[in-house]
Parts: sequence; C-alpha cells; structure tokens
Amino acid sequence: MERECKSVRSAYGKTLVELGRKNKNIVVLDADLSCSTQTKLFAKEFPERFFNVGIAEQDLMTTAAGLACTGKIPFVSTFAMFATGRAWEQIRNTICYSNLNVKIAATHAGITVGEDGASHQALEDISLMRSIPNMLIIVPADEKETIEAVKFAASYNGPVYIRIARTNLPDIFDNTYSFNYKKAIKLKDGSDVTLITNGETLVETIDCVKILSENGINSEIIHVPVIKPIDAETIINSVKKTNRVVTIENHSIIGGLGSCVCELLSEIYPAKVTRIGTKDEFGQSGQAKELLDFYGLTAKKLAEKIIGIIK
Amino acid sequence: MTTELTAEDINNLNTVSKKLRRYVLKMIHNAKSGHPGGALSAIDILNVLFTKIMTICPDCESDKNYLNRDRFILSKGHASAALYAVMAHCGYFKEEELLTFRKLGSRLQGHPCSNKLKGIEISTGSLGQGLSIGCGMAIGLKLDNINSKVYVFLGDGELEEGSVWEAAMNASHNKLDNLIAFVDRNNLQIDGSTEKVKSVGNVKAKFEAFGWNALEIDGHDFNEIYKAINNAKLSDRPFVIIANTVKGKGVSFMENNANWHGKAPNDDELKLALEELK
Repeated sequence: MERECKSVRSAYGKTLVELGRKNKNIVVLDADLSCSTQTKLFAKEFPERFFNVGIAEQDLMTTAAGLACTGKIPFVSTFAMFATGRAWEQIRNTICYSNLNVKIAATHAGITVGEDGASHQALEDISLMRSIPNMLIIVPADEKETIEAVKFAASYNGPVYIRIARTNLPDIFDNTYSFNYKKAIKLKDGSDVTLITNGETLVETIDCVKILSENGINSEIIHVPVIKPIDAETIINSVKKTNRVVTIENHSIIGGLGSCVCELLSEIYPAKVTRIGTKDEFGQSGQAKELLDFYGLTAKKLAEKIIGIIK
Repeated sequence: MTTELTAEDINNLNTVSKKLRRYVLKMIHNAKSGHPGGALSAIDILNVLFTKIMTICPDCESDKNYLNRDRFILSKGHASAALYAVMAHCGYFKEEELLTFRKLGSRLQGHPCSNKLKGIEISTGSLGQGLSIGCGMAIGLKLDNINSKVYVFLGDGELEEGSVWEAAMNASHNKLDNLIAFVDRNNLQIDGSTEKVKSVGNVKAKFEAFGWNALEIDGHDFNEIYKAINNAKLSDRPFVIIANTVKGKGVSFMENNANWHGKAPNDDELKLALEELK
C-alpha cells in the first residue's frame, strides 16, 4: 500500500539544528558523510560547532570523547557500519569505559542500505553496541520517534547509540507521542502471538498483523524503541498472555533484538521464540524494498512465515 | 615566566624524580605486575609537567581553578604507575594508596580509569586514542575561550597505531595551538626495538609533514624539558616534543632492556634498584 513516507535522516538533521539553537554545548561531528547523515543542516547554521574529521572514524569517536570531557554534548554521525565496526574499540574503551556524554547517531543501518551492498549494510551494529556497558541503544521507527529520541539523547547524561534508517518511513506516531526510554510500547492487544520489533520493521509488522487477522490470528505488537536497557516488564506481561513470540528486526538474528528477547525470556519466563531477521550471512545489492522481501521482512513475507509457525 | 630552571629547581626535581622512581618500583613490585620500563622513561617529564608547568587541581571539582586547569592525557596508559606516583606527590591522594596499585577494588587500576580515580581526565590503556582525545579537549576549550593547554603523552611504539596519524591531521587542520604532545622516544616496545618491529623512523619529520611544530630533546634533562614546554606554549600550531629517553631510566639493569617493559622486579631486584635510587 502507498502512503506518504518521510526522511528520518532529515528529521535528525533538523532536530540537531533545533537543539543547537537552544543549547550552545551541542556540537556535531561527521566523517565525510554529512550530506548522507544530514548533519550538513547543523554545519550550515553552526559552522563553528561542526567538525568534519574526514574519512577517519577512529578519530571521529575519540575527538567526540575529548569534547565531552570539556562539557560539550557531541552528536557523532556516520554510517552504522563504520561507526560501530571501524571505531568499536574507541567507543568501548574511551567513550563507554569513561561513561562520556557522546551521542552516536548512525545512519544507513541494516539491509535497507540497498544498492551499496554488503560492505555498507551493518547487520551487526546493535549486537556490537549492546555488549558494551553503559551504552543506551535506541532504534526509532518513524519521524516523530526519531525527533523525540534525538531530543531525549541530548538530555540524557551518558553514551547513546541511535540507529537511524536510510529509508523514508511513514508516520506511525502522532503529536501526542512522548518518548520514555524505560518503556516499550504495546501498539495492539492480542492473544495468539507477541510480535516484538522496532525501527523500520515496525510498519511492516503493523501491516503484517492485518494479514494475520484475516487469517484468524490475533497478534499483539510490542514496539521496543530502546533495546538497552530493555523494558522486561512489558515484554514478559505480553508473553505470559500469548506464550508465543516472534521477533522481527532489520539486523542479524545474532546479537540483536531477537537475541535480546531470548536472553530475557530464557531466564525469567521461557517461551518459544522465532527470530526473524537476516541469518548468519552478509547482505547484497538491491533496492531496499526488494531486499526486505528477499530477507523475509515485508508484511507479506512476515505473515506467511508467522502463519506457518502458528497454525 | 622565566624559561630557565634555577640550580635549586633542578636539585629539587632530581630529588622528586628519584622518589617517584622508587614509588614506581615499589608499586609494581607489590602488585607483582606492571610496566616499569616505560614508567621510568616517562618520570622526568611528568615531574616537570605536574610540578613546574601545569595548572593542576588536586582537589578536583572543589578547586577554584578547576575549569581552567591544564589537561593531561596519558595516552600510553601502561605508564600508569608513573602518573599515580606524580599525582600522589602533588596531593591528589595519599601516598599510602600507591600500594593498592593493581589490587582488587583499587582506584589505581592497571591502566588509568577516570570513573574510579578523580583527577584522571579520561580512561586510557588501549594505545592510539589519546591524541584524538586531546584534539577534542583542545577544540572544546577553544569553544569556551579557556586558555588552558592540553598535554598528551604518547609512547613511540604507539606511533605504529594509524589512529595517531588521523589525530595528527585533525590537530593541524583545526590549528590546535593549545595542544602539546610528547613522544616518549625510548626506542623499545614489547617485542624489541621499535626500528626492528616496525620502523617508527624520523618522528620529528613525520609530525612536521603533518603540519606540527616539533622539537627533539633529552627527555631526562630537566632544563631541556622545561624550556621545550615553554617554547611549545608559544607555538601557533600543535606542538610535539620528541623526548629521547631511556627505557628503565635510573635502574642500571633495567635501562634499555625491552624485557622490563611489562615485568615486576622480585625482592632482590627491588632492593638493588632502590639502592641505586637513594
């Protein structure tokens, strides 16, 4: 179905400008991708507070760390692959070990990077970030949530990783939405299965639920914008009702949301979990929508899979 | 500010350096682990920096100069014993605490940890990260019009990390004249000579090619250290002081021996070493 989609990257860039106007301690760093990440909007309005370190992601992270030491609130952007992969150890040993107030807003995560192919498709970024102490991880699902997540990150004291989609996304939340980093969001009540997702796959999951409903499956949707710390209560309460879980993510099933839910449930309330995401494999080139379909993440493919395992 | 140390200054610095070296050896001996070689090569510079150059705040946030303090980053974090020794001497914490070094529950971690010990600006230990951190701090201070300096202390083996050169470009690109780096050029790394493991080459020429001012000195000559830093403070661009040092300096059997990079002295070795440092 066609509907208006909005650039969440653009929303990120505009929100940075808004924050920059209110708080002179907001600084922004990029590694030669300011057009793609949309930090160029901030650079244009606040050139003295914008630092392009060039193609040097290690320098990007540790320079941000130094800025945080002087009381600045650095937002750091590049592609998720290079932010979390190339500079993982800088994030671990310098930013998180010292618990510095650095916000890593990485764009172009997941399979939907599209035509650039596997080298640029971070399918491991959540996994890489989740294993580092002190890191808070947000995966927003639409424009409104992205804006609120970025504002929250600026107000929170400590390292934050925000995963921002490359693709444009339709609105899910309206102006009444308020971001609470401690809460997962139940978007629909159901009794047969709990569908747990976030980010770009939330809209596919919402559409999938309509197909499931037509097939007599009453599913509950839990949206988990904050993977760490995870809202155990909301997830467990749902699973106590349904006893069946499917996790859906634009990420490898190793180490991401699916793993996170399994870790949680296996200790507190064991239930059968099916993880849908990319398997233990690299991505490939293609259009974003084609790739979502190929890796089973469109509403239709999700519904086929879920009907198969529920019935 | 005079740019020469008096004979009395030098005499005092000598006395303090000997005391700091004794601390370093006792700490590492007591912990049965640590890095004496690179701590001993660093001592004289840290001594001059902390006692003669930097605006320091041993009382941390409660110090009236706190915002205007100079910043120090021990990029070669394995020389932590030297840093803790000079911090204790300057009153950041009691000297008795030095013997908790590397013990369970201690604030004096094997490599410096800013969340455990106040006065440590940022945690270090993984090589190659300090110079970029220094760039970030130097930029941040400039944004706030604070005239403090940022001092980054690097090892020479550390220069094999590519990230050092990302930072070197960053510093000159952003004209960070408030950033002063030291290279502890003791010519040794764990596996042997820096020139045999992976030639570090002409460090001065390399930094100059990256847009820095650079000066080569004897890293154990107090007057040269003092003059070099005062010179660096007047630079119109980032400044690196390449300090030719002796790994294990002050203890005859440790000097210029890579085996003492990461080994603790036993009881007899400690006794011998302390004798030499009387």
